[in-house]
Amino acid sequence: MSGPNDQYDPKQVSALSEESLAATVADALGAFAAASDSASLKAARLAHTGDRSPIALANREIGALPPAARKDAGRRMGAARGQINAALAARAEEIEAAELEEALTREAIDVTLPVALAPQGAIHPITGLMDLMGDVFVAMGWEIAEGPEVEAEWMNFDALNLHPDHPARAETDTLFVEPASAHRVLRTHTSPVQIRALLNRELPVYVVCPGKVFRSDEFDATHVPAFHQIEGLVVDKGITLAHLKGTLDHLAQAMFGDVTTRFRPNYFPFTEPSAEMDLECFVCHGASVGNPDAPCRTCRSEGWIEWGGCGVVNPRVLRAAGVDADVYSGFAFGMGIERTLMFRNNAEDMRDMVEGDVRFSRSLKGESR
Amino acid sequence: MRVTKSWIAEYAALPAGLSGRELGEALVRAGLEVERVEAVGGDVTGPLVIGRVVDFVEEPQKNGKTIRWCHVDVGAELAPDAAPGPLRGETVERIGSPGGGYWPRGVICGALNFAPGDHVVVALPGTTLPDPTQPGGFTIGSRRTYGHLSDGMICAEDELGLGEDHSGIIVLGDIDAAGEPWVLGAPALDAMGVADEVLDMPITSDMGHCLSVRGLAREASQSLGVAFTDVIAHPTPAASEGGYPVRLESDACPLFVALTVEGFDPAAPSPSWLRQRLAACGMRSISLSVDISNYVMLETGQPNHCYDADALAGPLVVRRARGGETLVTLDGVTRRLDDEDLLITDETGPIGLAGVMGGETTELRDATTRIVIEAAHFDPISIARTSRRHRLVSEASKRFERHVDAGAAYSAARRVAELLVELGGGELVAETVAGSVPAMPTQTLAANLPERILGMPVSADQVVAILTASGVRVAGVDEPVADGGEAAPGASLTVTPPTWRSDLVDPFDYVEEVGIKVGYDRIPSVVPTAPAGRGLTREQHLRRAVTRAVATSGFVEVLTFPWVGQADADALGLLADDRRRRGVRLANPLADTAPVLRTTILPGLFGALARNASRGIDDVALFEAGRVFFSAGDEPTPLPGVSGRPSESDLAAIEATLPEQPRHLAAVVAGDWLPAGWDGPAQPAGWRQAFGLAELVATTVGAELTRAPASVMPWHPGRCAELVVSGTVVGHAGELHPSVIKAFDLPARTAALELDLDLLLSLAGEPGSVAAVSTHPVVKEDVALVVEESVGAASLESALVAGGGTLLESVRLFDVYTGDPVPAGKKSVAFALRFRAPDRTLTDAEVAQARAAAVAEAARAWGAELRA
Repeated sequence: MSGPNDQYDPKQVSALSEESLAATVADALGAFAAASDSASLKAARLAHTGDRSPIALANREIGALPPAARKDAGRRMGAARGQINAALAARAEEIEAAELEEALTREAIDVTLPVALAPQGAIHPITGLMDLMGDVFVAMGWEIAEGPEVEAEWMNFDALNLHPDHPARAETDTLFVEPASAHRVLRTHTSPVQIRALLNRELPVYVVCPGKVFRSDEFDATHVPAFHQIEGLVVDKGITLAHLKGTLDHLAQAMFGDVTTRFRPNYFPFTEPSAEMDLECFVCHGASVGNPDAPCRTCRSEGWIEWGGCGVVNPRVLRAAGVDADVYSGFAFGMGIERTLMFRNNAEDMRDMVEGDVRFSRSLKGESR
Repeated sequence: MRVTKSWIAEYAALPAGLSGRELGEALVRAGLEVERVEAVGGDVTGPLVIGRVVDFVEEPQKNGKTIRWCHVDVGAELAPDAAPGPLRGETVERIGSPGGGYWPRGVICGALNFAPGDHVVVALPGTTLPDPTQPGGFTIGSRRTYGHLSDGMICAEDELGLGEDHSGIIVLGDIDAAGEPWVLGAPALDAMGVADEVLDMPITSDMGHCLSVRGLAREASQSLGVAFTDVIAHPTPAASEGGYPVRLESDACPLFVALTVEGFDPAAPSPSWLRQRLAACGMRSISLSVDISNYVMLETGQPNHCYDADALAGPLVVRRARGGETLVTLDGVTRRLDDEDLLITDETGPIGLAGVMGGETTELRDATTRIVIEAAHFDPISIARTSRRHRLVSEASKRFERHVDAGAAYSAARRVAELLVELGGGELVAETVAGSVPAMPTQTLAANLPERILGMPVSADQVVAILTASGVRVAGVDEPVADGGEAAPGASLTVTPPTWRSDLVDPFDYVEEVGIKVGYDRIPSVVPTAPAGRGLTREQHLRRAVTRAVATSGFVEVLTFPWVGQADADALGLLADDRRRRGVRLANPLADTAPVLRTTILPGLFGALARNASRGIDDVALFEAGRVFFSAGDEPTPLPGVSGRPSESDLAAIEATLPEQPRHLAAVVAGDWLPAGWDGPAQPAGWRQAFGLAELVATTVGAELTRAPASVMPWHPGRCAELVVSGTVVGHAGELHPSVIKAFDLPARTAALELDLDLLLSLAGEPGSVAAVSTHPVVKEDVALVVEESVGAASLESALVAGGGTLLESVRLFDVYTGDPVPAGKKSVAFALRFRAPDRTLTDAEVAQARAAAVAEAARAWGAELRA
């Protein structure tokens, strides 16, 4: 090694010569290019840029040069090292990219393998439909009212203008709580919730009452003894039958799309005037009527589907709930959720709705029923 | 009510060619329901034609029966290609011109009530006749019988579904329905004029006036705008005692008409038109007098009764029953009478249950020639109660319950008398009218009320015109009306309904009448504007959120029936004093084995689980949210009046006497939670899912839930947790008790959860404030604590949290270990602790101090030792 005060002898520092440095650079670049993966590149890096590498050794010689020569040699050394480092970085990037590419290919999976975060749960179609129908009214500013399922006879019948001798009361297949003389029943409709709404809420009242109701009915494809209804009640100043029609038209469209509705006179003790609301069959649009060659299962070839009962609240009902019937008027309506599901989602056998077979509950698609 | 179109057409001038369906639509517009429209004889298809009996021979058979081998002429077009077997001798003569003409048809007939030359109804081969024993009926063919080839059938009334007569074949009169000579081979039903349509209509309880041809014809004529003829033609005369003596001793019978007919021929038969019309309307023919009575009831809506005048003793007295009287009604049942039952009596005592059913002793006999016809008016409620009390619903009681037109009684009785005389001979000799037609209630109606309630313009003139057309008497058109204490614009009408419209009572009843007659289809559609709403309540939101969270987590919602039985409580292993045995019992349960309302949802879920298993679905996770019911005792629930809001004390008593009926959430899980797959073994379902579900529900509603060991049926005593929120047990979860699994035939290791959702929601806190997120570094420390095996993981965790102070950000249990070197009876529980300060980077000393404090508290509370 040369001392600083030695006489400048170019031979002693031949490693710093232009030719020599070029060769060193060429060796390094060759080695890098020859490296095929990150391991061999690491070895080439250590060999050509490490402490004992030719370029590092050449660099040490700079100190031995006379001051006049150092500047030149330093510039040459810098350029050489720059070349080596750039080549190393470029090659490293190439190898990394190639290795990543190889890894991505190697790690590919069968994306069609079955996976499950959890078993397939479901809400019951009746629950989903009841919520959906309730939401139509909540969106209009109405509220959802609820009440007990074992109900006072007074709430279920008397307050609704169904006095004890009323033929319609005897015709209702009521399940009575024992002893029957204690005047408690399983509610036969959600109408008692309307009475409760009138008793407990400030006027005006705009509520819907979805819930479970009970009848001592047959249990077959079209009857179940426990089923669901949604009823609506509006009591306000100036309410008319036209408002009832508008509300039900809106509900029908929300539930079934663009359907034609019809009001047909009917009788209910709690409403007067009363009507049955029919939907024009959205499957056959009446084409099946009197046409045995093209029967329609949805409307039983009647052209219309009976959807629910409705009417102007009988002032006797308002009075029983303490509402001034001279100032307020109202309308009420009710329909079966099961029936609605049958029309809307082609449910054919009501027994499926209560038997708890998971295939039924899971059958509707998506969260929004 | 079943009624024929032709009958309605007698009183409503139906447009020519109006079909039964179109008539039905007109009635639907009037507020009636039409369930079905059927053709009379509609079950007959094929060549049912008019024929003439040419000749026959009688052939006695070995069984004692005699048959007739007939030659029948059914016209040239339907004549057979070949000659039938001869009647006598060897030859058969052609019908018509000698050398030309055509062959008669050979037919075997078992009836003997016809003669050569009679016109008859012949079912040719290919005709299908109704047959109650086989759907689709039976089809006539050519067949060899009694030694002849029978090429068709001569029909009796019942074989065509036209009546019940099977005493002989139908022998037609001289001329057809149009008054023309019969055309051989013509379609028989049309030629006979029996082609008709029947409308089957359920009648709602406010439409009592439509339980009659009269009422339906009136509605049809109004709906179609055609003329109406009232069958009730005679006004009710003033009271008179010219006929059989009658005494009214009860307000429940304001009017009683008794007509006496003498010289009636009890052997006179019911004519076929009468039988056929009754049959079409669903009534059996009994005898002429009974048929007439029923016919007039169907036609006028007025039930009536015929007594054998010679069997009556003394005056007819209408009164309430007294002192345990009995009566044998026409159905042969001995009835013990209640003091509220309204009776028809004579000197022998009760002879009829007024308005419901007559008695045996005075019914018409085969020899009756003197008849007393009763047509009376009875209070609907009295009849309804008697009908219900004796579980006896008759055509009469059905009508009286729904109110019968008192104005029709006299005229209907006259109609019965006239028909008896016309068809059975004799004469109407005397009449008694006791009492009078009660006045109908007059009502004041604001002329603009229909407009205000219907929501469409209806002028006062229109209102008056419509009501008048409906038989309402309208007066006082120009008086101003007081409405809500203020003078209202518009006129007030004084309205009185006709005697047949008892449903017109309140002003709103008249509004409906106007609305129906104007047409509901003309009412506009207007969406009302509700005041600003508050959306779902907090509880409604949370219940929905719970349902969706549970479903999303993998459970399937089902809706099961709420009735259970004693056997369910036993199978659940409930102790004698368990609250869940205090269910609400039903007085009239659907099944005697399930007379109680559920106190727990689990039996329903077990049933659903078993049903799924039986259908090959083994991995099942089910849930249901619904009410359960706990008896609040037998104290009666008040029945306040309905004239105004009940008193607050009555309302409070209603609530107090109703059963407690909280909403529960229950779930069961069995089989594999996740099945074995390509990526690993099956994850069996069990108590983990039950506990996990409890945590999920609590998290969803924002409640802090802790679990503690519990021993409660139907759960496994070592694998049951009570679910505690704010110190209150809200439910239980865990693996089911093996005995319960056996009793309900469930898969092994089935687990379940049930909690009181209402209670949980009441205990759930408010959502609180959002967290301030510290950005300072976290320090992680693990500790392994050795404790007695009985110490619960949650207890240990609570101690660490208590001791760790505010710097301890979180604690997570990550290992439980027993075995060497941990001493027997002990376990090592390892926790990962995370420390962080909100405002600074923690020093090692601070962390060490907090960690030591956490461990120290665990040591103090549970004797935990730090594992070396």
